[in-house]
Amino acid sequence: MNVHLSYAECPARERLQRIVDPGSFHEWLPPAERLTSPHLAALGVPSSFDDGVAIGRATLAGRPVFVAAQEGRFMGGGVGEVHGAKLAGLLRRALRDRPHAVVLLAESGGVRLHEANAGLIAVSEVMRALLDVRAAGVPVVVLIGGANGCFGGMGIVARCADRVVMSDVGRLAMSGPEVIEASHGVDEFDARDRALVWRTTGGKHRWLTGDCDALVEDDVEAFRAAAIASLDASAPVTLETLEAEHALLAARLALLADVSHEDDAVALWSRLGVADAARVGDLDVDELRALRPA
Amino acid sequence: MKDDIAMNWNTLATALFGADHALRQDGDLLSGTATFDDQPLAVIGTTNHASIGVRLALAQARAVLDAIARHPGRPILLLIDTQGQQLRRRDELLGINRAMAHLGMTIDLARRRGHRVLGLVYDQALSGGFITSGLVADACDALPEAEIRVMRIPAMARVTKLPETLLARLSQSNPVFAPGVDNYVAMGGVRRLWRGDLRAALREALREAPREDRRAQDGAARGGRRLAAAVVQRVLDAA
Amino acid sequence: MKDIAPGLETLEYVFPGERPAGDFAPVLAGVVGSGNLEVLVEPAPGSDCSIRIETSARGFGGIWEAVVRDFHARHPLAGVRVSINDMGATPAVVSLRLDQAVSELTP
Repeated sequence: MNVHLSYAECPARERLQRIVDPGSFHEWLPPAERLTSPHLAALGVPSSFDDGVAIGRATLAGRPVFVAAQEGRFMGGGVGEVHGAKLAGLLRRALRDRPHAVVLLAESGGVRLHEANAGLIAVSEVMRALLDVRAAGVPVVVLIGGANGCFGGMGIVARCADRVVMSDVGRLAMSGPEVIEASHGVDEFDARDRALVWRTTGGKHRWLTGDCDALVEDDVEAFRAAAIASLDASAPVTLETLEAEHALLAARLALLADVSHEDDAVALWSRLGVADAARVGDLDVDELRALRPA
Repeated sequence: MKDDIAMNWNTLATALFGADHALRQDGDLLSGTATFDDQPLAVIGTTNHASIGVRLALAQARAVLDAIARHPGRPILLLIDTQGQQLRRRDELLGINRAMAHLGMTIDLARRRGHRVLGLVYDQALSGGFITSGLVADACDALPEAEIRVMRIPAMARVTKLPETLLARLSQSNPVFAPGVDNYVAMGGVRRLWRGDLRAALREALREAPREDRRAQDGAARGGRRLAAAVVQRVLDAA
Repeated sequence: MKDIAPGLETLEYVFPGERPAGDFAPVLAGVVGSGNLEVLVEPAPGSDCSIRIETSARGFGGIWEAVVRDFHARHPLAGVRVSINDMGATPAVVSLRLDQAVSELTP
């Protein structure tokens, strides 16, 4: 029986349990160890026993993997000192123990502002540790489908991974629409215009532009299948791959040089070779998948 | 005053490499090849408290790639002065997070291929503006008068819904919020401040900067970030 | 009741237990989000049920006492330690989460 369970609506721990092989998850530094934030109480903010991230080992289609799941409902999934150290520790352990893959269920606003400086350094440490794991040939797979998206420093971390899987509900970007609107006004970015937000940062857009490697429905089983399909997706970084990436990003920047503000998403898709770009917003995931340019 | 003068990139470059340093400014981008202790040194960076958008991230990445491709092993100095990532919808559409990651990965590859990569915050550094440059180098140093912060207080107050007055008070004394470089040194984020003889400081950095990430240990030893290293170790040791 | 820091209130209650919970793996229910809470239930030595709450919603000690009393009346567990991180959940949500945690206790 295939029960559809929304990945976006599932708490992080439940997502994790349902994506890995049943019963295979063994948690490291579980809530009972109370490794909580040393900084939140001073701000009158409650802590969480796992500081918003569950980490450990599991199997996926029988293969040993290391996993982490960020809880977007705690502090927006923001990375604080302990949260970041759990992620960095998981990645350091992956470098040492060489699991088949590392799977990160990312849902985060980026640096946890309540921990400011400690959070910023922590995200940077996660980034460096991830690149070490990738360079060692252990694929790092990032799943993005939570309601809060994957933003800020975590939006950068995600693009350092070997593979990114997104649902159409997911968002991947750097600055949130509210911050951009607060900075440059509603004409720059109307944060309440959901269609605009998703055209700019959502899974369908990122799929069409190649900023994610797989697009799935908002469904836990679909994410599990995509994670399994990514188990051997090691993609070592070389000078050649970086030159190709550079050419791609530079070409994309040039594509929109003469395009006005309002039309830019549709214009970008169209110029990238997406057929019927104006209809993208109306298409479901299955229809959209076929439109990605080769 | 010496420290104020050192924040102008040209004066900094002159102090480090002499008046004929051959570094160029092109808008907000700094680049060029300097000679230091008779060795060539690739210099890449930003000025004017640059907002780092897709264009400027790619421009810096291009310079790093050129160093890797044409000058194997040449040390790279990243000069950092930024107000953070560019806050424009167009940059988000184009995937500024991907462009930033790309810059970070060029620096990471340079390090893996034996290039020494050093970051120096010589004026300002905010969050997204240097998280994939200075903070992924072998080490990130700073001038004593530099300012490093995650976000300006009014914006932080809006996003966190914490009162601006509370954040302002905390930023005077709480290391987690205080923007001073001494604080970043205490937390391990910045390795060392360049006081006095700048040439000696650069020489020391080229020689002594670690090749692995020691920032959590530094934060613990210096007392500014007491848990991170211990938590990492607990993960490594967990049954 | 004592404050552990400006902004957070700590409340602690102890009840004599009747039904030994035995040994079990710690159970966690809920998430610390706005209007929500997390409940951690662990085995404890002795026969009491102790409950410790840290909350950002201060000044509701009387209501917390009523809620935990009702909870203990429903589940008079012995040898159990309950720890709560709360961000302003209503009594109904608190009760729900406590019951949810207890329902997941397995020997």
